[in-house]
Amino acid sequence: MTAVAIPAFTVQRARPPWLRGPSLIGIISLATWLLVAVTLPLWSPHTPTEVVGGRLLGPSWSHLMGTDALGRDVFIRALYGSRISLPVAAIVIISAVLVGTIVGAAAGFLGGWVDAVLMRAVDITMAFPPILLAMAITASLGPGIRNVLIAMVLVWWPIYARLLRAQVIAVRQREYVDSAVAIGMSRGLILRRYVLPMAYTPVLVNATVDFGQVVLLTASLSFIGLGARPPSPEWGAMIFEGATNFYQWWIAAAPGIAILLVVLAFNFVGDALRDTFDVKDLGR
Amino acid sequence: MKRYLAIRVAVMPLLLLGIASIVFIVSRLTPANPLVSIVGERNLTNPTIVAAAKARWGLDQSIPVQYAKYMKNLLHGDLGTSFTTRRPVLSDLWDRLPATLELTTAALCIGVLFGVGLGVLAARHRNTLIDHVARFFALLGSSLPAFWAGLLVLYIFYSRLGWLPGPGRLDPRATEPGRITGFFTVDTLLHGDLKSFKAALLHLILPASVLGWGVVGIVSRLVRASLLDEFSMEYIKVARAMGLRERTIVNTHALRNALLPTITIVAFTFAFLLTGAVLTEKIFSWPGVGNYAVEASRKLDFPAIIGVTILGGVAFLVTNLIADVIYAIADPRIRLS
Repeated sequence: MTAVAIPAFTVQRARPPWLRGPSLIGIISLATWLLVAVTLPLWSPHTPTEVVGGRLLGPSWSHLMGTDALGRDVFIRALYGSRISLPVAAIVIISAVLVGTIVGAAAGFLGGWVDAVLMRAVDITMAFPPILLAMAITASLGPGIRNVLIAMVLVWWPIYARLLRAQVIAVRQREYVDSAVAIGMSRGLILRRYVLPMAYTPVLVNATVDFGQVVLLTASLSFIGLGARPPSPEWGAMIFEGATNFYQWWIAAAPGIAILLVVLAFNFVGDALRDTFDVKDLGR
Repeated sequence: MKRYLAIRVAVMPLLLLGIASIVFIVSRLTPANPLVSIVGERNLTNPTIVAAAKARWGLDQSIPVQYAKYMKNLLHGDLGTSFTTRRPVLSDLWDRLPATLELTTAALCIGVLFGVGLGVLAARHRNTLIDHVARFFALLGSSLPAFWAGLLVLYIFYSRLGWLPGPGRLDPRATEPGRITGFFTVDTLLHGDLKSFKAALLHLILPASVLGWGVVGIVSRLVRASLLDEFSMEYIKVARAMGLRERTIVNTHALRNALLPTITIVAFTFAFLLTGAVLTEKIFSWPGVGNYAVEASRKLDFPAIIGVTILGGVAFLVTNLIADVIYAIADPRIRLS
């Protein structure tokens, strides 16, 4: 048999879609936000609660987005908002994915009545519009950013549970899982080593898209008055202050643009990931 | 089909029971005293009110008894009394529901109309500048916080340009039309009051656009994706080979099939609309259920919050059912599985 001739060109590996175009912009934007959030106290000229000058001053070179009703720098406050919104969203998503994974894996792998009970809990939780259930839970627990966080996790985990369960059931029927069973591997080991890694892609893709939505919903709850309270520079709370100073548009514009940039970045990245891994949108 | 419908409807009471139970649990989350969630902090010192509430909701009894009483009250449509309006929550909701329905219906119309248009445009000009701009515009809609977008359009179109009226359903001093349907745009027409009709319609434009923008994002993305799927099908290639005009191919062949999945997305869209309505209504002082919910949570008016939550859950269930049924009628393949 003659050797197959190798074509005489070097294969140029295309960058994956999530490292191109809008998605790349999204990644850069998020990296910048992260950098700002972490290093802000080192270089910020003002603290978020510091009175820096006159009240309700319009945008100028010394105060890029003007000052608010108490004479605080709106631009600096909006930057500081990232130090609340990003960690809160991260904690919510990670906790929701963890809870969802445990429930989803248990339901999909064990099946039977465990599956039935867990999935009904998922169905019923998902039967509520997220914001209303989150509002009710936060109001019952008492307003505050910590309780917003708890409420968001309680509202958000069912998505991942449902996703992971579907994946686990699909993967479980593969032949390599059968072989693992045949050689006498324990169920826990099979689940961890063979089923979960395969089932995880859609969960991670959805978590990326959801990150932006969690930022949005957290800000909404604060805007309503259930989350962070003044003088916290939380974005939703800041927009509420902006709404009470309607004619000083910059007070609401700074946190509004901040939310928009972060959510847009996550949507850019999430879209590209969804296309790359061909994951169906479970929608919310 | 009938069997499918029967199963779906038969499950409804179970889901409703689930919804009520979740809400019961939530209303008992209050760390302090469940009584607070029923009579309010201010009334806690009033022994008569406390005793009456305890008796009606069975708070002096065990949890299972409380649950039973709570269910019994619910079945009688008793959602408790709001302690800010001091009226039964059910009649509060009943008064505010039409405003929300009018707003969400208008937003849904705007969203679907522009969404389908934008989706078709993007798919036909795939990977061109038109496609990118259309997709960005759509993505913007689902990334903008509705509460800031509302402030922004109010500032620009009402305060600066003066093109459109400000918050509310009618001008501040105008009298509401007598309630027939509760939709101001419909009621003013039925009363033959064209001036008020125009006012009601103009007041609807800004909030409905803000709310509908998010729907545009959801719908256009789906229409684009499913149109592109259709374009790769054999029958489209045949139509192209036969030399049919591109417009005919898209509008009469591809779009008809591509619109099918859009029907189910309307159910998801509804959840989005409800979420958005809460915030949009707040910004536009729209006297609907969403605004009521915001005021209730601001003042920790628990019966009202719980009532809205139940209403939201039920509304969500019903729209999901409707969407599934329409989908099953439209796509016979569903019935086989």
